[in-house]
Amino acid sequence: MTFDPLLLSRIQFGFTISFHIIFPAFTIGLSAYIASLLVLWHWHKRDHYQTLARFWTKIFAVSFAMGVVSGIVLSYQFGTNWSKFSVVVGNVIGPVIGYEVLTAFFLEATFLGVMLFGWKRVPPWLHTLSAILVAFGTCMSGFWILSANSWMHTPAGHEVIDGIAYPKDWFAIVFNPSFPYRFMHMMSAAYLTTSVVVLAVGARYLLVNRFTEEGKTMVRMGLGMVILLAPLQIILGDLHGLNTSKYQPTKIAAMEAHWDGSKPGALVLFAIPDAKAEKNLYEIAIPKLGSFIITHDWNGLFPGLLDVPKEDRPPIANVFFAFRIMVGIGLFLIAVGFVGGLLWLSKKLFSQRTFLWVVGHSWPLGFIAILAGWMVTESGRQPWIAHGILRTTDAISPVDGLSVAISLTLFVLVYSVVFSTGILYICKMVKKGPQGAAIADKVDDEAALPSRPISAAQHSARESLEGGEVI
Amino acid sequence: MSLIEFGLPLIWAVLIGMAVGLYVILDGFDLGLGILYPFYKTEEAHDQMMNSVAPFWDGNETWLVLGGGGLWVAFPKAYAIIMPALYLPITIMLLALIFRGVAFEFRWVAKPHHFKWNVAFTLGSLVAAFSQGVVLGGLLQGITVVNNQFAGGPLDWFTPFSMMCGVGLCCGYALLGATWLIMKTDGEVEKRARILAQPFLIALFGFIGIVSIWTPLIIPRIAELWFSLPNFYYLFPLPLFSIVVFVLCWLGITDVRHTSQAFFSAVTLFVLAYIGLIISNVPYLVPPSVTVWQAAAVPESQLFLLLGTLVLLPMILGYTVFVYWTFRGKVKAGEGYH
Repeated sequence: MTFDPLLLSRIQFGFTISFHIIFPAFTIGLSAYIASLLVLWHWHKRDHYQTLARFWTKIFAVSFAMGVVSGIVLSYQFGTNWSKFSVVVGNVIGPVIGYEVLTAFFLEATFLGVMLFGWKRVPPWLHTLSAILVAFGTCMSGFWILSANSWMHTPAGHEVIDGIAYPKDWFAIVFNPSFPYRFMHMMSAAYLTTSVVVLAVGARYLLVNRFTEEGKTMVRMGLGMVILLAPLQIILGDLHGLNTSKYQPTKIAAMEAHWDGSKPGALVLFAIPDAKAEKNLYEIAIPKLGSFIITHDWNGLFPGLLDVPKEDRPPIANVFFAFRIMVGIGLFLIAVGFVGGLLWLSKKLFSQRTFLWVVGHSWPLGFIAILAGWMVTESGRQPWIAHGILRTTDAISPVDGLSVAISLTLFVLVYSVVFSTGILYICKMVKKGPQGAAIADKVDDEAALPSRPISAAQHSARESLEGGEVI
Repeated sequence: MSLIEFGLPLIWAVLIGMAVGLYVILDGFDLGLGILYPFYKTEEAHDQMMNSVAPFWDGNETWLVLGGGGLWVAFPKAYAIIMPALYLPITIMLLALIFRGVAFEFRWVAKPHHFKWNVAFTLGSLVAAFSQGVVLGGLLQGITVVNNQFAGGPLDWFTPFSMMCGVGLCCGYALLGATWLIMKTDGEVEKRARILAQPFLIALFGFIGIVSIWTPLIIPRIAELWFSLPNFYYLFPLPLFSIVVFVLCWLGITDVRHTSQAFFSAVTLFVLAYIGLIISNVPYLVPPSVTVWQAAAVPESQLFLLLGTLVLLPMILGYTVFVYWTFRGKVKAGEGYH
């Protein structure tokens, strides 16, 4: 039996990075939410804001630790599995990712400790300031990593000599053409995803009549953000799409399953794109609407898949279906915001059980949309790993397939034990709710100022495992 | 070669060398703790051991990320050769580190059903330590490079020499762990650590001796470096000094009046061995073919990241010192940072 190192390395990177992105996306949103709660607490002097801040801080701690742990193996894979990528674009992309590593560790070493363990050790204003700086720091971490990723889609500020990319202009590299759009789209996605989780948790508490004051606050804050962000996210996505159509037209063609570039594109609601036959099966489409969305002109033309040779096309089905999942969830969240807003206006928000039940079960939607969105953009970049500079097939390390098969198996085994345990703890803590050790500072404050985020949640997690569940 | 082209790679090599050295010493003692775990039977002893490293272990692993990340950014060509050549030991090491790291935390959460996490902690520590020794051995014995690319087989690293380095590093980490326990704990845990440290010290010293003889035997370049005149005169104090430190370490372990002498002697032994290895391999980053300067990224890239590193590194160092200072002294049985 022979193993293909290229295919297995791609699966391994996809697997590890998909696991990883769930956690930073959640911590980016959650740190901002905790900082907002603390500011509100200073403002209104109402204690349940602080209770909520303490409760979510413990969950944040577990999530942050999972994000750090799952992130470490990614940078090592650039060497173990993608060594040609390191050689060809390392001069340009290396320092940008280097700054991400520095930012993350600087954060972990400083403000995070104060935020997690400083409830009684430092004055409240300093504690709140630390929470704000952590929220800002997670954005900076996202800034650098999204800049590096965007450069792989829309390289700029470099020159290629003998097949190797060299930096010419750092400003142009960092602020490459797709970066501002990708950054805003992803940050907004992180905030929206966390808002949906907060809304869902609040709704679940209201449904069982526990922690009603906290539940109402969470529903109000979560829903408010969904009303704001869900439509904004569609606009940002549209802007990002326009940018993509300029720099990576083939990706857009795959997203829309648009084959013939000489005719205006339809908006394909459903189809099974057949890459071999180069057409769509079972297509349901609205004529010309695709052109209107992409070119903002009913008769506008945009390149189709047939405009490029087969070997330059991305895997169409991945991109096509993942895009529909992402947009579908986006539209559903707009509907949640709209219905929720109407209920809010008619003062039925906290009593409409069907609505609360639906949003209570919507918590994973943001994460699914994020994973689908990344599937669109990363699969859509194929066959390139760095657009126009290096093909994925040429980026692979000189490793043999069996080694990668072994490592992939180990990754799946270790990740399923480690991360399912972590996710289990988060779920148990959410179910237990803001009470007992989850909101106490006594025990954890005895604990020192270690740079170990998860220890901030130990007592809370242990009690959640032992104690009965509330919902 | 201009001053910048000469100096920048040198600065980065020193920074990365320091990060790796700090990592080996700092994570060494907490990995060693995991290796010593099965030699202690009571939950109380295990708790005390865990508490003695609880505030530090996560920060200790930071240096591995900074060392690895630094190598990638500053020396992408070396990274691209070393990582595929040592694919399995490196990947297994990372997974073992993840596993033992979370075992460390989940053990507290899972109490009283924490036995499985004890096993995970020990196995993870042992596998990580062994893999690191194999990586060291694989690097020392040389990597086959053709056209700036790894050109060997997937099991090139699997040799008697690298296996011996794996066992040797496990013994060394166990020594660091035992002497750490002598310094940071009291009662039964400390007493037992003094007994455990002795065989591991002898074993480590033996392994250092074997490596010192074995490497010049299999690698003529190293034999020539150490045994030609006048180099020999400059270099022979190094093994001599090692013997003095060995004696100091032995006294620190066996004489109960000393608390920290054993640990710092063990650290010095590690530093001396590290210096010896560096002397043997200068100026190579990937022995025996790629030098620090050949592997370097272009100066623009090295400089860009160096600016940020020079600002943030002192802060991270400062925080490390602060944490160790805050948690100085011994951990008594039944109390801890938890």
